Amino acid sequence: MSNENVLEMRNVHKSFPGVKALKGVDLTIKKGSVHALMGENGAGKSTLMKILYGIFHPEEGEVIFKGQPYSVKSPIDAINRGISMIPQEISPCPNLTVASNVFLGKEITANGVKLLNQKQMVKETQALFDDLGIDIDPSVMMSEISIANAQLVAIATAVSYNADLVIMDEPTSALTEKEIDKLYDIIRDLRDKKKIAVVYISHKLDEIFTICDEVSVLRDGEYIGSDSIENFDKDRLISMMVGRTMDEFFHKEEAVIGDVLLEVKDMSLSRKFKNVSFQLKQGEVLGVAGLMGAGRTEVMEALFGYRPADSGEIFIKGEKVEIKEPIDAIKHGIAFVTEDRKLTGIFPELSIKDNMIMPDIENYLKGGLLDSKKIKENCQTQREAIAIKTPTLEQLIKNLSGGNQQKVLISRWLLTTPEILILDEPTRGIDVGAKSEIHRLIGELAKMGKSIIMISSEMPEILSMSDRIMVMHEGKCSGEISRKDATQEKILALATGEQL
Amino acid sequence: MAQQKIISRPSLGAFMNKYGIVVIFIGLCVILSIVSPAFLSIRNITNVIRQVSIIGIVSMGVTFCIITTGIDLSSGSMIALISVVVASMSQNAVSDSQPISIVMPILFAILISLALGAILGTINGSLTAFGKIPPFIATLGMMTAAKGAAALYTQGRPVGNLKDAFTFIGTGSFIGIPIPIWIYIVMAVLSHILLSKTKFGRHVFAIGGNEQAARICGINVEKTLVKVYAYAGFLTAVSAIMLTARTSAGNPTYGLAYELDAIASTVIGGTSLSGGIGSIPFCVIGALIIGVLNNGMDLLGVNAYWQQIVKGFIIVIAVLIDARKQKRK
Repeated sequence: MSNENVLEMRNVHKSFPGVKALKGVDLTIKKGSVHALMGENGAGKSTLMKILYGIFHPEEGEVIFKGQPYSVKSPIDAINRGISMIPQEISPCPNLTVASNVFLGKEITANGVKLLNQKQMVKETQALFDDLGIDIDPSVMMSEISIANAQLVAIATAVSYNADLVIMDEPTSALTEKEIDKLYDIIRDLRDKKKIAVVYISHKLDEIFTICDEVSVLRDGEYIGSDSIENFDKDRLISMMVGRTMDEFFHKEEAVIGDVLLEVKDMSLSRKFKNVSFQLKQGEVLGVAGLMGAGRTEVMEALFGYRPADSGEIFIKGEKVEIKEPIDAIKHGIAFVTEDRKLTGIFPELSIKDNMIMPDIENYLKGGLLDSKKIKENCQTQREAIAIKTPTLEQLIKNLSGGNQQKVLISRWLLTTPEILILDEPTRGIDVGAKSEIHRLIGELAKMGKSIIMISSEMPEILSMSDRIMVMHEGKCSGEISRKDATQEKILALATGEQL
Repeated sequence: MAQQKIISRPSLGAFMNKYGIVVIFIGLCVILSIVSPAFLSIRNITNVIRQVSIIGIVSMGVTFCIITTGIDLSSGSMIALISVVVASMSQNAVSDSQPISIVMPILFAILISLALGAILGTINGSLTAFGKIPPFIATLGMMTAAKGAAALYTQGRPVGNLKDAFTFIGTGSFIGIPIPIWIYIVMAVLSHILLSKTKFGRHVFAIGGNEQAARICGINVEKTLVKVYAYAGFLTAVSAIMLTARTSAGNPTYGLAYELDAIASTVIGGTSLSGGIGSIPFCVIGALIIGVLNNGMDLLGVNAYWQQIVKGFIIVIAVLIDARKQKRK
């Protein structure tokens, strides 16, 4: 191992049920350099970093850190070895002071007794902040400082461990321009004065070209390549990130596309999305692409009345409709299969049947009581139609595989006979077989004249299923591309805020 | 039509997971009938069920609340309040010897009392659903206030001199079975249908199992919660009327710690404190276990203090079993 490198990872493999997240990834980080780790959603960046931080454990592969074999079981282990991480979503304790947050887990206690030495902690935090040029009072409560400042506190905390390698996962997502410049200063200081290496994950290409020295690219869990930043331009970087062949894609049959069914005009929700407008035609599959946090899910939640928008208009078949609650959307023929099955989808302790009938339970009443015969018939028909694998409909949904749970949730909404079906990441975390079945189903539904909005972070899925693609970037529609014009490069460019 | 045959061999573990409480109940009855021949007499069994009926009815309302991940601590105090209210309205005659005496047809007295229970429950539910106050605190407030209201209403004194037609509810019987047992059966059937065969019942489970998913499915979570607490208040009023009629008096000291016994029955009956799981038949079994245990220990002459200790153990064990089930997920 050369002396210049602080970290070398070789042939790292990691699987989760149903997915191979990392398939033999390499990564080499030089001492005192800022190294960008690039890739689309799901490329494996976060998984790789979580291995370094002791949250995941690789099945295979070798990691050398500071010339020593490196294997950690927990974040505390990683910190003690000299690697610290600022996660994408920081979660400080709002009820403690800034200094207490910085010293969380390594509190300074007075000699002999186990009482906290608050004064000393404030003093040392102040010294740390002065060193980094951060202007925050360490003795105020965490709840009183802004999100951007909390992010700076998280960065200072990560540095305070005397780490040799600091991982920053999307550190600028909550920062303004001015604060981003501040962050750049801090990073340059760490690199030049303290010889600390930084792994910098970001989707914003401008940032990468401003602050990073080297770049490594991952794609679909594989290592694509590394180079020094001078040898890259934006086009080369984007093509390395997406460059896969089209033959693995599912091909949707052409459906007859009719008139405009749904129109959303100038919908806004403060701090989430702004002036979003789009149309949806009958029989059309509208793909919604964008990076995580672009506001795609929030737009759909607003359309469905789950978290209503502050302003904007919704028209269905040319008529203006008011959607204040999900029940209004359901009555207007909209269905919503949400992104997170566990959080907003399944009722884990209820049977498949009960999970299916929940939104339109009114239709199963006979004299005020539930008609178990009708429930059974309808659910059975639906189950056969989309091949849910289960011995009985009485089975609790929590006992099904992810793919079958997803089929139950799609069935739930198909039973409401919707005209507009919103699918948010319909194939996330499910195995390949179920995935292609769901793709085929989406195609069939479009052929039947249903209109579909499909949010997806998977390029192949978006490209192969959509008739039209809307791309979002930081809460705004950054562009729309028709099926025939769509390429991975164009979508990624729009998603990262570049112009076409 | 090709019928798919499914041969399932449920393991003993799975069976015990689901019906363990029934097995324990039967085992308890078998042991008691061996060690104490008096246990199996019709008179003793009738007695046990009649004693259980008051807490048993309250615990069915508590079951609804706990399935939504809520709780109702106010039932004991509500029993005290409704007991003095219904007693004051069921007087034989206007009399100076009673703190409050109102004469009216007992049907009205009963309907007003039931409505009072439902209204107090609605207040509990509204505080929880719209006020976003944790149900523990909302019903704790109601518990304290209702207790005060009961004492205030009668200056802390009991109310007697009740009509015979009213006391019949607690002391009479129909085809050899005491009226309280009939009421218990009717309320159990009603609650079971409500929980397992109606839209409302499914919504209760949905909210307890995954509130966010329930909202996505278009369920009005707030309205459903208010209904749950209103129904619990109604059942508490039924119990209060039965207790008052049984003892021929209303008393502001009634119902002390009944809410805890009701919660214990519910929990022993397998209703999960983390919500989304529970059933009325098992709630009845839970109440019967406590009743049979009390009765058995009485028959065996176990010291009353020991009885409390044993009951405490059983409650904790029931929750431990639930916690283990939760953890395995």
